[in-house]
Amino acid sequence: MPNSLYILLIPLLPLAAFVMHGLFGKKHIRQYAGIISTALLSLSFALALHTAWGYFTQYGQVDGVYEKLVPFKYTWLQFTQHLQIDMGILLDPIAVMMLVVVTLVSLMVHIYSLGYMKGEARFATYYAYLGLFTFSMLGLVLSSNIFQMYIFWELVGVSSFLLIGFYYDKPSAVAACKKAFIVTRFADVGFLIGILVLSYYGGSMDFNTLIQKFTTTGPEYKNVVAASFLGISALTWGVVLVFVGGAGKSAMFPLHIWLPDAMEGPTPVSALIHAATMVVAGVYLVARLFPVFSMTAPALQVVTFIGVFSALFAAIIACTQTDIKRVLAYSTMSQIGFMLFALGVSGKGGETGLGYTASMFHLFTHALFKALLFLGAGAVIHYVHSNEMKDMGGLRKQLPITHITFLIACLAIAGLPPFAGFFSKEEILLAAYQQHKIVYTIALVTSGLTAFYMFRLYFSIFWNKPFATTHRAHHGEGGAAMMLPLIVLAAGALAAGFIPFGHYVSADGKQLPTAFHLGFSIAPVLLAVAGIGLAAYFFKKQSSKPQEASNTMGGLYKTAYRKFYIDELYLFITQKILFNLIGKTAAWFDKNVVDGAVDATGETTLNTSEKIKVIQSGKVQQYAIYFLAGVLVLAVIYIYWQK
Amino acid sequence: MQPGLYHILFISTALFFIGVYGFLSRRNLITMLMGIELVLNSVNINFIAFNKYLWPGRMDGLFFTLFVIAIAAAEAAVAIAIIINLYRSHQSIDVEEAEALKY
Repeated sequence: MPNSLYILLIPLLPLAAFVMHGLFGKKHIRQYAGIISTALLSLSFALALHTAWGYFTQYGQVDGVYEKLVPFKYTWLQFTQHLQIDMGILLDPIAVMMLVVVTLVSLMVHIYSLGYMKGEARFATYYAYLGLFTFSMLGLVLSSNIFQMYIFWELVGVSSFLLIGFYYDKPSAVAACKKAFIVTRFADVGFLIGILVLSYYGGSMDFNTLIQKFTTTGPEYKNVVAASFLGISALTWGVVLVFVGGAGKSAMFPLHIWLPDAMEGPTPVSALIHAATMVVAGVYLVARLFPVFSMTAPALQVVTFIGVFSALFAAIIACTQTDIKRVLAYSTMSQIGFMLFALGVSGKGGETGLGYTASMFHLFTHALFKALLFLGAGAVIHYVHSNEMKDMGGLRKQLPITHITFLIACLAIAGLPPFAGFFSKEEILLAAYQQHKIVYTIALVTSGLTAFYMFRLYFSIFWNKPFATTHRAHHGEGGAAMMLPLIVLAAGALAAGFIPFGHYVSADGKQLPTAFHLGFSIAPVLLAVAGIGLAAYFFKKQSSKPQEASNTMGGLYKTAYRKFYIDELYLFITQKILFNLIGKTAAWFDKNVVDGAVDATGETTLNTSEKIKVIQSGKVQQYAIYFLAGVLVLAVIYIYWQK
Repeated sequence: MQPGLYHILFISTALFFIGVYGFLSRRNLITMLMGIELVLNSVNINFIAFNKYLWPGRMDGLFFTLFVIAIAAAEAAVAIAIIINLYRSHQSIDVEEAEALKY
């Protein structure tokens, strides 16, 4: 393979942007911050494309199998002879694919933000954070060992925290960023323990070594299967704990509560982090360790059921939300559920590995059309200055480009041919159908719901009532900077489905021929059309029909609208139970025992000093007497005790 | 009778304690400074005496004495500067008046 150190530049260029804006952004290069970042990132994107082209066409394939290449490796910490932590780059089809996705979406968001964030006082800070995030995400994608991935995983969490809380003078944004950070950190504890379990039994942290040791029946595999806790083998525990971390980042039930609140951040950030890249880190993690996951059926079942349940659960909530960004957030959660259960029903390789390919395919197409949806929603919010559906309607004349691109994205996510989402979703459904009929049924219903809630969103924004002209728009649709990313991503959402994904990405590296079953797609497409029709019936014209429908649903609607009271449940557990039982006890202990000891020390010192301070009288001759007396005493001791 | 080492040591001890007594009992800062000079001179006498009687061939004691005299001169200059400043601020050079530096 050719000299590949330029791959290092792909993550390092955004880091350079971060350092530059962090150090000089306040004064010197403030107005150029966006341009500089965008230029660096386009270079990064070009390098990523070059890498992808080189990997897929030149050096990636050996005997028809895509290799896992490690072009760069540096021993960072050497603990023992065998246990060490490296910093390296791992190239395999999914890493290369993610490289392209992350740099592409990040570039689009950088360009878009030039328009969207114009006039923002902390413009350079914003671009600095974007650079930090892009660097961490690319580092995560390229990680060659699980510990390195964990480091970047946390860095991604931090930059997500910083960006959600970007408007730090808004209390809701502050609360949201804390919530996101705490929930994902909580999940990461699971991830860390999982890493420790796996590396303890595997004797290594390197992905390739771990996978090789756990998938062949060597001594490590025997040990890890023999060791058990609560009747479950250590291997299952390890991968499930790793999956807990992934579920936290990917907002899977029951750790999803941070994602909707994270929409408090600037909209382009939601497009980048909370739609296209960071939230799929969990999926990527499972895919990265997929050979290990596939050795333990219970772990795969956990992944499947968490995924499919989250998909349905989020889709139901999405049908009732009125904040357009929250609808998109729940839709993201639902689509990630699709990717996860696709991995869960996948086999190790060959024909049964369809789920793996489908999941990665969906990740790819979803990144394109979901980023597009968010950026479109950003354009709408930019125009209307509100997130609420009731302030919108009839915008198709005012925002023609946004309207068309948003429609393309909606059709793509609803799964209508020939848009990208159709192909990836069909593959997922097919994989589910072959493996697990119940999962398939739920997924089918969910994809119908997806079409419904997406078109509810679409019709509410662009059709419904005529646009209220009380709002005198002081600007048009947004400049070229905001429209260009929409058009590029729309082109992606149109064309990405025709990429023969199975040729490039599969569970075992071999090419997977993806046959297209026309008969199979009838049911999902019909359901999607029905969903769209239903949405059109309710929301195309302003009417009281949605209100009546929600009234007849009664409690069910209310429950879904309140997100199944999961937030309230968490609040009850943390505030009523944890705070009262543990918090109050700890507070009492702190106030009485810890503070008591400190106070007592202070008071004793004070009293003693009050008593002995009279010695320090300020009278020079008194000091001379003390001094003389001291000398005399020493002299006496010296003379009489000398022997 | 030729005076020996003990005689000279007696004188220097007497001088030392006279100096200490003066330092402790006087209230006038200049007089106290004189007490200190007496103490220093008693030390000088000791140096000379020990040099002469114990190591007659060497000069260490003499040099030390010269050093002490030089330092005593410098010290007197500093002390008198302090006393003058004290007089400017307190209109007095009574040591009992200058006891603001306490707890």
